[in-house]
Amino acid sequence: MAIAARAKTAKSTAESAAPPALTKEQELLAYREMLLIRRFEEKAGQLYGMGLIGGFCHLYIGQEAVVVGMQMAMKPGDQMITGYRDHGHMLACGIDPKGVMAELTGRKGGLSKGKGGSMHMFSKDKNFYGGHGIVGAQVSLGTGLGFANAYRKNGAVSMAYFGDGAANQGQVYESFNIAELWKLPVVFVIENNRYAMGTAVTRASAQQDFSKRGVSFNIPGAQVDGMDVRAVKAAAEKALAWAREGKGPFILEMQTYRYRGHSMSDPAKYRTKEEVQKMREEHDPIEQVGARMLREKRASEDELKALDQKARAIVNEAAEFASHDPEPDVSELWTDILA
Amino acid sequence: MATNILMPALSPTMEQGKLAKWLKKVGDKIKSGDVIAEIETDKATMEVEAVDEGVLSSILVADGTENVAVNTPIGVIAGEGEDASAAPAPAAEKALASASEKAPAPSAPAVPVQAPASEEIPAGTEMVVMTMREALRDAMAEEMRRDENVFVMGEEVAEYQGAYKVTQGLLQEFGPRRVVDTPITEHGFTGVAAGAAMAGLRPILEFMTFNFAMQAMDQIINSAAKTNYMSGGQMGCPIVFRGPNGAAARVAAQHSQCFAAWYSQVPGLSVVMPFTAADAKGLLKSAIRDNNPVIFLENEILYGQSGEIPKIDDFLVPIGKARVHRAGKDVTLVSFGIGMTYCVKAADELAKEGIEAEIIDLRTIRPMDTETVVRSIQKTGRCVAVEEGWPQSGVTAEIGMRIMEAAFDYLDAPVARVTGKDVPMPYAANLEKLALPTVGDVVRAAKAVLYR
Ligand SMILES: Cc1ncc(C[n+]2csc(CCOP(=O)(O)OP(=O)(O)O)c2C)c(N)n1
Ligand SMILES: [Mg+2]
Repeated sequence: MAIAARAKTAKSTAESAAPPALTKEQELLAYREMLLIRRFEEKAGQLYGMGLIGGFCHLYIGQEAVVVGMQMAMKPGDQMITGYRDHGHMLACGIDPKGVMAELTGRKGGLSKGKGGSMHMFSKDKNFYGGHGIVGAQVSLGTGLGFANAYRKNGAVSMAYFGDGAANQGQVYESFNIAELWKLPVVFVIENNRYAMGTAVTRASAQQDFSKRGVSFNIPGAQVDGMDVRAVKAAAEKALAWAREGKGPFILEMQTYRYRGHSMSDPAKYRTKEEVQKMREEHDPIEQVGARMLREKRASEDELKALDQKARAIVNEAAEFASHDPEPDVSELWTDILA
Repeated sequence: MATNILMPALSPTMEQGKLAKWLKKVGDKIKSGDVIAEIETDKATMEVEAVDEGVLSSILVADGTENVAVNTPIGVIAGEGEDASAAPAPAAEKALASASEKAPAPSAPAVPVQAPASEEIPAGTEMVVMTMREALRDAMAEEMRRDENVFVMGEEVAEYQGAYKVTQGLLQEFGPRRVVDTPITEHGFTGVAAGAAMAGLRPILEFMTFNFAMQAMDQIINSAAKTNYMSGGQMGCPIVFRGPNGAAARVAAQHSQCFAAWYSQVPGLSVVMPFTAADAKGLLKSAIRDNNPVIFLENEILYGQSGEIPKIDDFLVPIGKARVHRAGKDVTLVSFGIGMTYCVKAADELAKEGIEAEIIDLRTIRPMDTETVVRSIQKTGRCVAVEEGWPQSGVTAEIGMRIMEAAFDYLDAPVARVTGKDVPMPYAANLEKLALPTVGDVVRAAKAVLYR
């Protein structure tokens, strides 16, 4: 893959051979889940354009294989935490799209009663710990989730997602040291989509092989083709097993790409249209699975179309709910400040 | 089924924009994700991608049209195989549109900023109109031309031209040595800049927003603010920390808070928060020349507001001096930064009822110009202090106490304050409105201290 070849120094434990195949059921699951995220995000972009969603809104389009592949390797009880580009993570861990969309529109039925917004959403129910607006903060928090697992000896693993830009924050390294020193069950998932806002990785990072960012702490790492859901799932299984066995944290660098601007108001002049177009045409995570299923006759065009219609229907229903659900009651201004 | 393409909102503060160019023509097939048009917002030219699929059956708003309101239908997409000339069917998105209570308005009333009646500006000076954004940029550029030791550093300040476009053009003029993009490492680069300042350089450090300066709090307070004292005056830290502060629009709890009170507690720091474009320029130039660390708090909503700036070679506004923004004799309204917008509107309202409010713009929070406030109270005997920040230990609390200490005998009523509510900023549009002060709050408070 071009994307793997890009990292000249990628040696650590990079999966270079074709990743293990998925079963038909797994392919279909991955396809459905990724499509749901894609259609959801497109709709969110549209609602933003209509003024139904305000403030910052960061879309996950292009990166779907990362969270879906990770989720396929997770076990019940494992936790997840991420930054502000969080809608996909929520859908992947099974949170009702209506609750997510209604939070985006700031309505009563939103996951945080409309009080958190796009960047700040949580689901205790689904072990989803947010949704954080401050770059890097979730990395220490995610390490803390791992600490709680180790403390309770509950066998669960915490997944801490962060971006290539966030990977430069100081608290990331303080957390790395603690996680390895205390052998905490944490998988650090670095979503390297090549840009932090308008800054390309090459302009911000001295060490651009993010899988090596744990070397001085003895944390193992791997570079993964984050556009290929099979590769993600395979790498996630190894990392999760490592952490679950009490060997400590693991770093996964997911090489991925965001198609849209950083947020809705980013004109994205820092990269060429051709670059984006090439990724879409040659590496699209959803197209890859669709094409493979067609090629291997695991699904027909019509069946894939039907799946798309279904995803659109779920998303439309969520949008419909999120636009008609009332705003939170004014009394909510003063609730939830303290537990 | 035909679907309207609506003029999209493309930033948290956009209400209208220019339809710069259609990239598709009538009859073109459209897939979701295709770029169909370019739109100019207040900050940038944006590409619009299609969500619905089909054929572009008509264009309702032509290339080059200015001031197209958000949500205006600009074109129609007909489903594939449909008659491309089919009439628009607004029903498709009607359900959604009807539920929207219009795009959220910026969280503060948009008051055109007046020319400041200011002693820094000699009578008869020629004035130019520009936005606060441009005024800040000019201030930096002028100081960088004047002093080779001045440089700008921060996230996205150079190649991206500033996350809020305040540093636009600086990279082009001064090059990458003096306009420096950093990785996202606030704690680290703040220490680096403070160290460079200790070595005699004069950094202007931009925080993308002041919310992120919390990552760097230790270096700001323990290093920058205290070095001069701890070194017995041997070395100071001449540095400006600047960037947008306070609530913007709908960016919720972690991105909407005012830090004026926080920094104003710290000896060794100066804290500046301008309201007019002219003050922004004159104060930033003074801050850059100051030999001490200055916290310079800007506001995203004020960036786009225009004001008159004196055409003077070296226009400086001194740090630590308040300004009478409007003269009056009945009640004193004291505020600073965006809080001034409420006072200006409230004074207009009060005037309709025959109440003449005097407005004091503190401009600098620390050191605070108590004298100017007291002088006003000697005249009016009544005072309302206004800020967007939280009430407890807020700047208005400090103002109230100072008045107690210095002007108690002149008061005809207890000092009142209007502040943001004592809650984290909620995201929901209705709650966000309630969390912020309103013009009505200021009017009511003014009447209350007047016993009317
Ligand atoms: C501490 C802090 N600094 C700056 C920001 C502003 N900011 C938000 S996202 C972002 C870029 C982050 O890029 P990356 O970590 O690569 O994640 P991506 O957006 O690509 O998913 C920046 C600078 C912030 N939210 N918090
Ligand atoms: Mg990134």
